[in-house]
Amino acid sequence: MARYVARRLVQVIPTLFFVILTVFLIMKMIPGDPAEVLLGPQARAEDIARFRQQLGLDKPVLIQFIMYLKRVLTGDLGRSLIYRQDVLSLILERLPTTVTLSLCALFIAIVIGIPSGIIAAMKRNSLLDLLVTVLALVGISIPIFWFGMVLIILFSLQLGWLPAVGLGDPSKGLWDIVSHFILPSLALGILSTGTIARFTRSSMLEVLNQDYIRTAYAKGLKKSLILYRHALRNALIPVITVIGLQLGNLLAGAVLTETVFALPGLGKLMVDGIFRRDYMLVQGEVLFTAVIYIFVNLVVDIAYAFINPKIRQSYRSV
Amino acid sequence: MNPLLSVEDLMVEFRVSGAIFRAPDGVSFQIMEDECVGLVGESGSGKSVTALAIMGLVPKTQGRIVGGRILFEGQDLTKIIKYLRGTKISMVFQNPLNSLNPNMKIGRQLSEVLEQHYGMSYADAIVRVVEVMKQLGIPEPEKMVERYPFEYSGGMRQRAMIAMAMLCNPKLLIADEPTTALDVTIQAQIIQLFKQLKNQSRTSILFISHDLSVVSQIADRVVVMYAGKVCEISPVRKIFDKPLHPYTEGLISSIVDMKQRKTKLKSIEGNVPSLIDPPTGCRFHPRCSRKMQICSQKEPGFFSKDDRLVKCWLYEGVGK
Repeated sequence: MARYVARRLVQVIPTLFFVILTVFLIMKMIPGDPAEVLLGPQARAEDIARFRQQLGLDKPVLIQFIMYLKRVLTGDLGRSLIYRQDVLSLILERLPTTVTLSLCALFIAIVIGIPSGIIAAMKRNSLLDLLVTVLALVGISIPIFWFGMVLIILFSLQLGWLPAVGLGDPSKGLWDIVSHFILPSLALGILSTGTIARFTRSSMLEVLNQDYIRTAYAKGLKKSLILYRHALRNALIPVITVIGLQLGNLLAGAVLTETVFALPGLGKLMVDGIFRRDYMLVQGEVLFTAVIYIFVNLVVDIAYAFINPKIRQSYRSV
Repeated sequence: MNPLLSVEDLMVEFRVSGAIFRAPDGVSFQIMEDECVGLVGESGSGKSVTALAIMGLVPKTQGRIVGGRILFEGQDLTKIIKYLRGTKISMVFQNPLNSLNPNMKIGRQLSEVLEQHYGMSYADAIVRVVEVMKQLGIPEPEKMVERYPFEYSGGMRQRAMIAMAMLCNPKLLIADEPTTALDVTIQAQIIQLFKQLKNQSRTSILFISHDLSVVSQIADRVVVMYAGKVCEISPVRKIFDKPLHPYTEGLISSIVDMKQRKTKLKSIEGNVPSLIDPPTGCRFHPRCSRKMQICSQKEPGFFSKDDRLVKCWLYEGVGK
């Protein structure tokens, strides 16, 4: 197992390299000179030239990349031009909001998605199955921003049960914070709920048709035991991978959700950065998100190996 | 002597994309105590479904029992099977790799049978599991219980499956093509194991195979099935000496004889008929070399000859 983890960790290195390279090249490919954009149309030519020199934009692309790589590896993501602050510290400041939002959304998705998928599979072709399948499809198809606004209109403006926007005030107690996260988490979670429900259903159906389930019945085991010990455990193994991958989608979805609900998280930061052409901020954030994505995948892979004896045993110390 | 298991006129109906067909279609046979009955027939003849119907495991979404009855020790088995599975009646399946849970240790998969039926603890159950595995020729069972199915060889997996079925000393063991997925050498070992089981335990066996030569090594009596129906029931020695039904005759003459390599391998002309629209009269008549006019018009009943039963017009009036 330790060997497997070590091997997977080493594999991260080239991936990281290519992510950094890609982010760098994308920023290079965006039309327009960042120095010109940053200084605005009224800037004088010599100011632009000086600024280009400052940013290292006058050097060959390869040298620029090496300089960029060096800075990134020492944890320096540059300085935001609009906030006049280190990009990394800006990101870390906003990170807890986004992480909380994503985890709450994931929690909702798991708690609703997995049981409904299981029920749909067990009551296959019933009305309940149809309901779950249709709702899951709706969940996957609904645009987050639209659903978010519907939630605000319904629960905040019409019913007045929950606050519409913002982060809440810690001095008003825990409920104030929690209540501010309910609607955004629902809006963000619905996509993953649909995906997880559909995937759980098909995985469970596949497992229920396996020969070893028939064996379990032939052994005379109780139905609940067959479903839990034999069917569910096997069916959830691939679901775990999907859940892990959802975290990536949730980070992307957070951009929309945070904008709709005016939550000061990474997504909002990114959108602000883009609108205000804060080139360093966007570059830093894209890289940071990509790195999170890589590590989430790493953790999922390791978790998968841990529950799958076939992988676990093949790396057993020889 | 009363039969242990009596299958009477069993019919299972399947619906596949609108079409309806029956296999088995009116199958009857009996298994006595301590007897091994071989069920032989081509794929699609309804052998496996017969076994699943006895176990009460015909997939509900696909098929259902529409006629006949199954009696176990004189009681309607369909009503009590859920209390007997794993204890009094157990089953070994064709493909041992797919039939074992891939993510569970073998020991646990076996011990849970004892835990479920006898309320034993894992620690007590595993002692019995190791004992049965040892009896069935699994080397180092103490270590093997800690392994997963993919760490077993094909033959060992099937031994583990058989051990699983024998844990509670069942009255009836149903083995559905237990050797088909194995190498020939391993096949011989597993057949040997079934012989040993037959001699040492009081368990009756229903041994299903498409291979008459495999069945002949174990079974006391053979039930030959064709296109959902039984065509001949006979003690195993007599069926080889003199097969009665033309289909059985064809099956026996198509067994490869290694000593006569020069003669061309014999086969039965034609194909297995579609069960959605089966032939009229005797279902074998389109392929039969000895068909008569009546064969395509009327389905024959069973004619008995000594201790044998055959469903063929050739034997009308023979015996009683």
